[in-house]
Amino acid sequence: MSIVPAATPPLLQVSDLSLHYQTRQGEARAVDGVSFALQPNEAMVVLGESGCGKSSLARALLRLLPRNVAHYSGAVHFEGRDLMPLGEEDFRATVRWQRMSMVMQAAMNALNPVVRVREQVAEPLRIHSKWSREKALARVGETFGLVGLAPDVLDRYPFELSGGMRQRVVLAMALVTAPPLVILDEPTSALDVLTQAAIMNVLKRIKREQDISFILITHDVATSSEIADRVALMYAGQIVECSPARDFFHAPRHPYAQLLMASVPRLRQPEAPGAIPGTPPSLLALPAGCRFADRCPQRFARCDQPPPTFHVDGSTVRCWRFAPEGAP
Amino acid sequence: MTQSPPRTPLLEAEDLHTWFELRRFGFVRIGHVRAVDGVDFALYPGESAAFVGESGCGKSTLARTLLGLHPPTRGQVRIEGHPLPPRMGRKARLEHCARIGFVQQDPYGALPPFMSIRQILSEPLRIHGTTSRNERFARIDKALTEVNLRPAADFLPKFPHMLSGGQQQRVVIARALLLAPALLIADEPVSMLDASVRVEVLRLLRSVQRERQLSLAFITHDLSTVRHFADRIFVMYAGKIVESAPVDALLDTPHHPYTRALIDAIADVDADNALSERAIPAGEPPSLVHPPTGCRFHPRCPEFMAGICDVQVPTMQPVAHQHAAACHLYDKPKEP
Repeated sequence: MSIVPAATPPLLQVSDLSLHYQTRQGEARAVDGVSFALQPNEAMVVLGESGCGKSSLARALLRLLPRNVAHYSGAVHFEGRDLMPLGEEDFRATVRWQRMSMVMQAAMNALNPVVRVREQVAEPLRIHSKWSREKALARVGETFGLVGLAPDVLDRYPFELSGGMRQRVVLAMALVTAPPLVILDEPTSALDVLTQAAIMNVLKRIKREQDISFILITHDVATSSEIADRVALMYAGQIVECSPARDFFHAPRHPYAQLLMASVPRLRQPEAPGAIPGTPPSLLALPAGCRFADRCPQRFARCDQPPPTFHVDGSTVRCWRFAPEGAP
Repeated sequence: MTQSPPRTPLLEAEDLHTWFELRRFGFVRIGHVRAVDGVDFALYPGESAAFVGESGCGKSTLARTLLGLHPPTRGQVRIEGHPLPPRMGRKARLEHCARIGFVQQDPYGALPPFMSIRQILSEPLRIHGTTSRNERFARIDKALTEVNLRPAADFLPKFPHMLSGGQQQRVVIARALLLAPALLIADEPVSMLDASVRVEVLRLLRSVQRERQLSLAFITHDLSTVRHFADRIFVMYAGKIVESAPVDALLDTPHHPYTRALIDAIADVDADNALSERAIPAGEPPSLVHPPTGCRFHPRCPEFMAGICDVQVPTMQPVAHQHAAACHLYDKPKEP
């Protein structure tokens, strides 16, 4: 008999979340039955190729939905509260940016060029928290310290800043309301190697010093390993593997995860990286069975049926090879 | 005793400077952006060289200068020993264009959306005087097959938006190869593509380069892919080349402090990465309008020697076989 440690309740519990878009060609199933749990002070990386639905997952969580949503369903429990029944105004006033914020993809290029950065970073506090200008600006000063920006940057305009500094400003904007969860969508993909490493250092330090959780959305496997506690790999709208970082990076289970890890170029290894044959299926016309089957070197008869999610030693894998009755 | 004759470099840059004038109100000259500021290198036939550096280090301007799109402010570009004239007439430009193929960074921007693949690939042949339709189509067919877009006939009537990013970049490569150039310049050829497609496109470039014995100048900011796709690396910082070496030597025993910092900043996938922070030189790349005196890396350099690095401009010094670095750490001690 073993003693199971009292589990902390998860910060975020997502069950069967779906987000489909209506397009002229039909319904695009960008997020299609995604489930996962995120613990307090945990960093989960969502990996995937472009068009796999990872950015849509972020939008579905923060409810930043475009107009052409065809279908939005599932359960999102956050800090013990079910978010799905909340009305838009409630969600805006109590969740978005108050408890859950986001660094959007390429947001550093979306800063308002004619407004000083301190005013832009103070905006969430002034609008969502209704703080006075003085109080908000004082908090902005603290947040700048947190992300490693000198106080003299406060008075500058975005065009006076380098890419790395602007990315820190955008990060400060997400942190200024001190939310317990920040979603980061490709926070380093437009930056140089040294700047990327510096931003990852900032994220690591903030995660160590504060009780904060991150969901980091990226296609860059090497950079994601800088912060990941857990990795969720998305393919064609679904999470195909969700594993602790050590397992995922060193012994991935899903055949797609294995191919992906072999395709990562490594500076310090003599072997040439491999390529993944084929292209992902269109989200408009998904195959009936396993969505990776067409590209999979380990395909067998059962792959014509859609695989459920199997639990294997702390990981979840959506692949018939991990069915309890075994594979051929 | 016979010695093999010294090979002529296919492409040479000598003391190359490309500066852009800065003006206020359109006519008051207030300085220069020194995007390329004294670059020397030689690229031999059949050699693949990677130019690595951060954004703003002048690597794309260097590519454009080599292509003849920017006239050099000072210095010279030589192709097969012939200097590139500062102003090219139509004939000289056509000859120059046929010798150099260019692979752009962004395939979505490099392919006109209103032209079919057949039209896109016909254009260079038509301009360069292939008048026979059949001959044009035969060459296009061959080029598409060479970049693994098979069967070529399926792709010809398509428009760029109907292709995936990887396929679009293959079309760009096919276009660069059509006129049978001796040199290919690729400016960040895979940075806009997905990780899994990148390796395929790089492999294709490498195999085409080897088969055709092309010289390839490959501009990139990503050191982690160069080992398998280049023979030689030039590291650029603030408009200058700071280190040059064969790939393995540069990655395994980097000499310049900037190269070391660049290599240290790159993570190889490992769950342990999350446990510690990376050591990164403080600061940002310098302004190219007012670059630092002496060595341009000195304000960020962990090996900074006051009175030397901030005063004297370092020159390239040999540090090992075929390996040179521009750093005062490797200056020869002066004879007493």
